[in-house]
Amino acid sequence: MSISSTTPAGAATTDAEKRAGTAPRRRGRTPLSEGKKQERKLGWLLCAPAALVMVAVTAYPILYSFWLSLQRYDLKFPDERQFVGLENYATVLTNSYWWTAFAVTVLITVVSVVVELVLGMGLALIMHRTIVGRGLVRTSALIPYGIVTVVAAFSWRYAWTPGTGYLANLVTPDGAPLTERASALAIIILAEIWKTTPFMALLLMAGLALVPDDLLKAASMDGASWWQRFTKVMLPVMKPAILVALLFRTLDAFRVFDNIYVLTNGANQTSSVSMIAYNNLIKGLNLGIGSTMSVLIFLTVAIIAFIFVKLFGTAAPGSSDDGGRR
Amino acid sequence: MATLDTSNRAKFKWGLLDAVVVVFALIPVLWIMSLSFKTTATLTDGNFIPREWTLDNYRTIFQTDQFVRALVNSIGIALISTLIAVVLGTMAAYAISRLDFPGKSLLVGVSLLIAMFPQVSLVSPLFNIERQIGLFDTWLGLILPYITFALPLAIYTLSAFFKQIPWDLEKAAKMDGATQGEAFRKVIAPLAAPGVFTTAILVFIFCWNDFLFAISLTSTERSRTVPVALSFFTGASQFEDPTGAISAAAVVITIPIILFVLFFQKRIVAGLTSGAVKG
Repeated sequence: MSISSTTPAGAATTDAEKRAGTAPRRRGRTPLSEGKKQERKLGWLLCAPAALVMVAVTAYPILYSFWLSLQRYDLKFPDERQFVGLENYATVLTNSYWWTAFAVTVLITVVSVVVELVLGMGLALIMHRTIVGRGLVRTSALIPYGIVTVVAAFSWRYAWTPGTGYLANLVTPDGAPLTERASALAIIILAEIWKTTPFMALLLMAGLALVPDDLLKAASMDGASWWQRFTKVMLPVMKPAILVALLFRTLDAFRVFDNIYVLTNGANQTSSVSMIAYNNLIKGLNLGIGSTMSVLIFLTVAIIAFIFVKLFGTAAPGSSDDGGRR
Repeated sequence: MATLDTSNRAKFKWGLLDAVVVVFALIPVLWIMSLSFKTTATLTDGNFIPREWTLDNYRTIFQTDQFVRALVNSIGIALISTLIAVVLGTMAAYAISRLDFPGKSLLVGVSLLIAMFPQVSLVSPLFNIERQIGLFDTWLGLILPYITFALPLAIYTLSAFFKQIPWDLEKAAKMDGATQGEAFRKVIAPLAAPGVFTTAILVFIFCWNDFLFAISLTSTERSRTVPVALSFFTGASQFEDPTGAISAAAVVITIPIILFVLFFQKRIVAGLTSGAVKG
């Protein structure tokens, strides 16, 4: 360590290794051999471009966003730009539109992730265990994953619009489901579920592949029912995969934007937080308020991720120190 | 057990489940395809199979600059972003899976954080920064965020692939006098090609799909991509219902996805699941 700390990445490393808590290899007390030094240098050299791009495009803008959020800054009135401290935060956090959008986002996230977990588990089992048409089923399931969200959203929009649609009259004989809040939200959730269940299923299938067949056979020999085999054998083995899938999908669902933009454009109080942040920025050209919302969304996502990692401990990604060779 | 599983009843049961999945997955795609082939008169008949087939909608969109420009932008931006993200990702993933150096777990942690990052949080700062340095409404202005968000995906998938490559070959090459760099280029790279290719598909799909950055960081046909152009589509004339044209454009940008899925289903599944287990 004493050697590496002379290099720029050294300080960061100490920190990272402290957190990872592993670091099984030789400590840097003994001087490094020429080959090891070269290996380090090559390692840094190969990672530097990726690391630089990622940090430059995320870390700097998010800090800049925080700086912007402390200012009154409306591009329509650029002369009135001034530092206002936390005033924007007070404005946003006491605004009912923000909280409505927040509630909508939470609703969409929770409902779609729960339904996707159940459906995704079913789909994963089908893709993993089916004895006929496995290729066909996997290929079909990849279509929603791969398709452009906006395209799928247009298909749903036309389907639910009276006139062009086949679904509009199915549920309400003479209504326009996309123009009423409850049904519009249900359609947004449905579109989300359709689009991302396959992704969830693929992540779960990765966990399913880890369940040893012998164990299942042994359980069934011992007279375990299908349900018992599922809950007592499969689920425990799959737990890490389930948590990873849940974490990723929750954070992904929280960013919901495309579907809402196309399906309702946020009408009838169906905006998500991403939608109103976008509207304040691009339509309203209010950089101060837009940035404040950006920061708030960032913090919310950070808190969700933190809760996941804290609650589920080592099972969560990142804490497993994937970078090390195991 | 074996006799039971292969019995016709089991086959029928699985076949039925398969059918449910296939129908569930394909209906919206078939619907938009059907709309794209309908004539204006039959557009609203609600039929799944068009009563009157026409290619007019496709002719219309390919005659508008709006769509053709957007298609060129989409292809160019997605290809360039994919190329850069895969090259940078390959370098980093190679280092992560093969080399021992301090800072490795930090890099993995940072990519994980970026994979979870809410993209909308970057929209306002990037909008302002790009406006000031002249990147707003340019290809590069979209390529940069695409690379950034594709890199975690690329690094994870590629390191998972790289870990399956036999170490000994690299060692053997070094024993024969190759340097680390040569061992990378001549031994590992060819072995890694399938993984790199798979990653490229996943990254391309990601860039092809983006809507939020594309709609926030562009303002004209100069760099607008198809998903954004779709949302602004008004049809050939202002008074024409754009439904048919939008459907046709939607089908056109779905074609590459369908081709990828048809030809590389196994690779895509392997890519997505291998990254996930390790993640």
